Amino acid sequence: MSEQTVPLLRVRDLAKTFTLHTQGGVTLPVLRRVSLRVDAGECVALAGPSGSGKSTLLRAVYGNYKAKGGQILVRHRDRLVDMVSAGPREVLDVRRVSVGHVSQFLRVIPRVPAEEVVAEPLLALGVPRNQALERARALLARLKIPPRLWPLSPVTFSGGEQQRVNVARGFIGGHTILLLDEPTASLDAASRGVVVQLIREARERGAALLGTFHDADARAMVATRVVSLAEAEAA
Amino acid sequence: MSERPLLSVRGLTKRYGERTGCVDVGFDLWPGEVLGVVGESGSGKTTILHCLSGRTAATAGSATFVQRDGTVVDLLRMPEAARRRLARTDWAMVQQNPRDGLRMSVTAGANVGEPLMALGARHYGEIRGRALDWLGQVEIPLDRIDDLPATFSGGMQQRLQIARSLVTRPRMVFMDEPTGGLDVSVQARLLDLLRGLVADLGLAAIVVTHDLAVTRLLAHRLLVMRGGEIVESGLTDQILDDPQHPYSQLLVSSVLPP
Repeated sequence: MSEQTVPLLRVRDLAKTFTLHTQGGVTLPVLRRVSLRVDAGECVALAGPSGSGKSTLLRAVYGNYKAKGGQILVRHRDRLVDMVSAGPREVLDVRRVSVGHVSQFLRVIPRVPAEEVVAEPLLALGVPRNQALERARALLARLKIPPRLWPLSPVTFSGGEQQRVNVARGFIGGHTILLLDEPTASLDAASRGVVVQLIREARERGAALLGTFHDADARAMVATRVVSLAEAEAA
Repeated sequence: MSERPLLSVRGLTKRYGERTGCVDVGFDLWPGEVLGVVGESGSGKTTILHCLSGRTAATAGSATFVQRDGTVVDLLRMPEAARRRLARTDWAMVQQNPRDGLRMSVTAGANVGEPLMALGARHYGEIRGRALDWLGQVEIPLDRIDDLPATFSGGMQQRLQIARSLVTRPRMVFMDEPTGGLDVSVQARLLDLLRGLVADLGLAAIVVTHDLAVTRLLAHRLLVMRGGEIVESGLTDQILDDPQHPYSQLLVSSVLPP
């Protein structure tokens, strides 16, 4: 790794354990002292069998899961924020400006049209409504969602269509750090190609991407580095 | 990010003789932020709203509120007249039962116009214009403006109550189970409406509910209450997806996913 590169995301000794109080207090240690860094322009693919904690790591970085120990440093507004210790308002600000997340499933809200779902991250950044919607439609078009679906709620969309709406929503905000949880799953080859292209463009503008790509072809096309969770755990 | 909270609650305690309403409740509410308060019946959720809105007297604690002119008042200790004035200008309450928040004996238009008149508006045409505008915003057909709320469906009554509450542009809204008595289909519409209004008007809001799905859609942050105490607080999606306290886990795991 060259010295000029800037780590946008640095995870140090991250630990995550789930304690299931409703099931006799069973504890499930999922991540044990995981460390990794992602620099500007990189797309790091997390490898490991299902259940090894890849999604858990992504969710911890997004602040959706509460880490038990360690640090998750993200570059935000010219400083470093530790997502493990940051308060709720700071986490929300980090999500608005710096860290985007494409989850495995779109959480649909009844009555909210697809184009609004996609435009929302831009609106949250203060982009005027017309511009935000215009960019949302352009991205939906690129992802081959037909215009007649744009004003409809994704509730009735197919799995693949929902996933593309999800991808559009994740990429539209121009976040400097992007967390991608199986962004190419349930997509046909053509749509997958668009996602691969979006990932390349994000890297070219200097974003740092961390993701899981179950599909080996997609992984080979987008990943600049593969990190297995087992390797990322301290001995 | 705004530098100081609109409302800071510290040590809020309410005892009804031997019984406990809430104990040592503390939180901050920032401008534009929606705070969800969840917990089972009797956990003290509604007590908090009642103390803040002056409906019941708190036993102890403070609730400092920053007024429009930047001066600070303690909502728990201010003179009744000043509190009433503030209640007309700065905050609003949306009740679970719309009949509690509406005047059932006057028309829909009057229900929306009255709060404006209480603030000194006198021009009839202007008041009616604002009322029509708000009926439109809450998706009530404009030709129903001269009808009595009793002739409205439950969902329409609730939307009318929201129009009545927000017409004066308050800075803070208290909502007690706003989707409580409504059909699921009507709930979705109301939630979507509330979500839009809260965001567009930059309102700070406290939403008391036992419906976790409502908080996922509306609230930035959550307080989980049990037995009058806050057992967990934090980011809404973090508490719903990775609850830490045994009671929060029970609450989240008790919901049947649709």
